Amino acid sequence: MSSFTPISALIGGGMIGLAAALLLLLNGRIAGVSGILGGLLDGQAGSEKGERIAFFVGLLGGPLLVGLIWRWPQATVAASIPLLIAAGLLVGFGTRLGSGCTSGHGICGVARLSPRSLAATVLFILAGMAAAYAARHLFA
Amino acid sequence: MTPRPMTTRHLAALLAGLLFGAGLAVSQMIDPAKVLGFLDIAGDWDPSLILVMVGALIVAAPAFWIADRRIRPVCGERFDIPARRDIDKRLVLGAIVFGIGWGLAGYCPGPAIAGLTLGLWQTWLFVAAMLAGMVLHRFALNR
Repeated sequence: MSSFTPISALIGGGMIGLAAALLLLLNGRIAGVSGILGGLLDGQAGSEKGERIAFFVGLLGGPLLVGLIWRWPQATVAASIPLLIAAGLLVGFGTRLGSGCTSGHGICGVARLSPRSLAATVLFILAGMAAAYAARHLFA
Repeated sequence: MTPRPMTTRHLAALLAGLLFGAGLAVSQMIDPAKVLGFLDIAGDWDPSLILVMVGALIVAAPAFWIADRRIRPVCGERFDIPARRDIDKRLVLGAIVFGIGWGLAGYCPGPAIAGLTLGLWQTWLFVAAMLAGMVLHRFALNR
């Protein structure tokens, strides 16, 4: 467990929770990234569209802000091109089919104890663990 | 029905997005290697992701408790919260398909979008494929 970072995980998690709380109490919306993105792709109109875009502008800017005032975020992608394409297709298709991802189900849904979200969260974590094991130990 | 000033809602969404993205960066969930450190229990296991969820839930849960007891949000007419409680085939299949994709590359939608500005072409490729997957779902199943 050499890479365990409990303090930054709790603080960063708290910030994500605060984002979800603000979007809920101010706008009455669920902070689910796949849902907000899917709504844009489905071509919903009006002020709703502008709000979704505003959320994404913030989502893109947040890490840059952290980089400017604290430390530059690191990211390492080890997956190959075919694996990235397969993973992206599965994540896009699966989150729409299952009506949510780590944010909508995993945080907002679990926070309100939705049975659907609790089930989805357990399932995608278990499936993720199985896939990570397969990709990194069986076929690597 | 008189909608409140649109700019307030846009600002709220922008602020929520900023906090969300900043939280992903601070917690390092923006790094697929960090996420895979949690998902790969056979490796050098890193439970940080659990604490990210715990931190988020500690703050978000009271907000949902409050929302349950209010009629309308501060800048809107109503709360738009899913009412369904049934666990159907689509939910189960979708969660499993999503989980497999998540475990293959270490990316889920939030960190992938937030990570677009970090300058890795792999992130862009993943997001392009993810958008294609969403469009595919729409044409295959929705209509």
